[in-house]
Amino acid sequence: MSPKSYIFSMFGTSPIRPMQQHMGKVQACAAQLVPFLEAIQAEKWDEAKRIQRHIAEMEEIADQLKRQLRLSLPTGLMMAMSRRDLLQVLTMQDRIANKAKDIAGLMMGRQMRFPDQVGKLMLEFMRRCIDAITQAEIAINELDELLETGFRGREVELVESMVSKLDEIESDTDRLQVVVRDALFLLEKELPPVDVMFMYQVIDWTGDLGNLAQRVGSRLEIMLAR
Amino acid sequence: MEYAIVFIILAALFGFFMAWGIGANDVANAMGTSVGSKAVTIKQAIIIAAVFEFAGAFLAGGEVTSTIRRGMIDAELLAGNPELLVYGMLAALLAAAIWLLVASMAGWPVSTTHTIVGAIVGFAAVGIGIDAVHWAKVGNIVMSWVVSPLLAGIVSYGLFTSVQRLILDTDDPLKNAKRYVPIYIFLVGFIVALVTMLKGLTHLGLGFSTLQSYSVAVLVGIITMLIGVWLISKLRFKPEDDSDFHFANVERVFGVLMIFTACAMAFAHGSNDVANAVGPVAAVVGVAKTGVVEAKSLMPAWILLLGGLGIVIGLMTYGKRVIATVGSGITELTPSRGFAATLAAATVVVFASGTGLPISTTHTLVGGVLGVGLARGIAALNMKVVRTIFMSWVITLPAGAILAIFFFFTLKGIFS
Repeated sequence: MSPKSYIFSMFGTSPIRPMQQHMGKVQACAAQLVPFLEAIQAEKWDEAKRIQRHIAEMEEIADQLKRQLRLSLPTGLMMAMSRRDLLQVLTMQDRIANKAKDIAGLMMGRQMRFPDQVGKLMLEFMRRCIDAITQAEIAINELDELLETGFRGREVELVESMVSKLDEIESDTDRLQVVVRDALFLLEKELPPVDVMFMYQVIDWTGDLGNLAQRVGSRLEIMLAR
Repeated sequence: MEYAIVFIILAALFGFFMAWGIGANDVANAMGTSVGSKAVTIKQAIIIAAVFEFAGAFLAGGEVTSTIRRGMIDAELLAGNPELLVYGMLAALLAAAIWLLVASMAGWPVSTTHTIVGAIVGFAAVGIGIDAVHWAKVGNIVMSWVVSPLLAGIVSYGLFTSVQRLILDTDDPLKNAKRYVPIYIFLVGFIVALVTMLKGLTHLGLGFSTLQSYSVAVLVGIITMLIGVWLISKLRFKPEDDSDFHFANVERVFGVLMIFTACAMAFAHGSNDVANAVGPVAAVVGVAKTGVVEAKSLMPAWILLLGGLGIVIGLMTYGKRVIATVGSGITELTPSRGFAATLAAATVVVFASGTGLPISTTHTLVGGVLGVGLARGIAALNMKVVRTIFMSWVITLPAGAILAIFFFFTLKGIFS
């Protein structure tokens, strides 16, 4: 006889903790872009190479967490939040890590160093995008408190205020993105055209980080509105 | 009566076996939510279960026992040959015990109640005659199997929503928890005591007026509340625990409440499920001793003791291991949810016991858990498992019946 309780077996594994772990990994992965960019601007290529590898490793771990979480969410679960919304939040979170890896990979591969005037602005822009990701992580970390209050009342208001702060940070990043582009535009004639093309690409992708973080927040809001 | 001693010994043996099975399987389910929410340790759960199962069986189990014993069968049809009732009840016990053993070995979720009811109806309808079954009464019982999980679900939904409104969704949840949790504790003591006083105690020969019942229930409620207040005052709160999960200290207060609901659940389970083992034994002993099928007779105390002892031994030998797997498993169930689900189930079961309806404690508890789930209180519930649990009774009824019919004719062949 195998000891078993049926009441016990009806409880599925909660997706909340894994979800938060995944977001934590994603944030840590993307946050490495700041020291990475600093190392590149200082032309410390070994250091940059090390950080880029680290980013790729963390993206891999986040990927595994994502896969495990998806496998633990079969249909036929009655969940406190909609399964579809949850999986969409997860996808957004995962795209952040992917994008961070792509940025680091491209910059490393092309040994892309921004001209000093642009580099400073780029660093500020990058920091703000990471701020957006960190804010998204803070909101995701409220999921267990949301569950405690049954997705109602004060906790919902708190998360909504977090998400609107996230929106503010994101519009900040949009503004900074324009500033960086303008600075690069002034210098682009003096630089090798192919390099400039890819610099614009990296600026775009960095902006995507902020957008994705915002979409994590808005998906979370949809989850609350059920 | 010829073979009277043999019948009594057989009945005691089968009844004990059945009680062992209830203790081994059912009790673990009943205590699962309490242990799973980490409100009580395994050791505490076993002590609580042992004490309150027995108390429930003794104080509030009378009505269900008499339903199992003679409520479903027309005794007058058996006046001519009382030995048929003896064969039938022995067959029902054996059938239920064996089916429970087989099912637990195979890992199927079965209900003791459904098995024994199926077995008794089966032997009566086939062995004696379709008319021998009180179909109206059996219909009521089957209806109650549908109603009880629904009712538990509604009650737990309400309880959990009230917890949110009064405590969790407020400026200072901890302060409100300390204020309102004693009231919930009062409710636990009050409801259990009231239903027991109003419905359960008559079979012990103790009659109380409604006013007396209410006053005693209020008194019991206040006493449990005072114990609860004392336990809460002994809690040590650490503000730093709230940094990761803001409700850690609030849940500690609910942990105290959960101890009381665990007691109520064990009491409720004892009041309803012990009858499954004890009822048929009492029927056999009654007939074997007097040689007639009598309408009313007192329940010998040793039979209750046998049932209680069987349950406790089942719990110690096997149920302990089941509870252990529960204790290491569910962390998703916080004490505030565990309390809502368990108290709802306990209330419904105690009411059913008072009315003499044998219902499935497990199903009722599943209903309670689903109620909390519907209030978006549980992260994930596996509906496939829930479906299996509810579907199992469809197969359990005929299985119990067929086995009982087989044993009935076998026993009849041996003894006559």
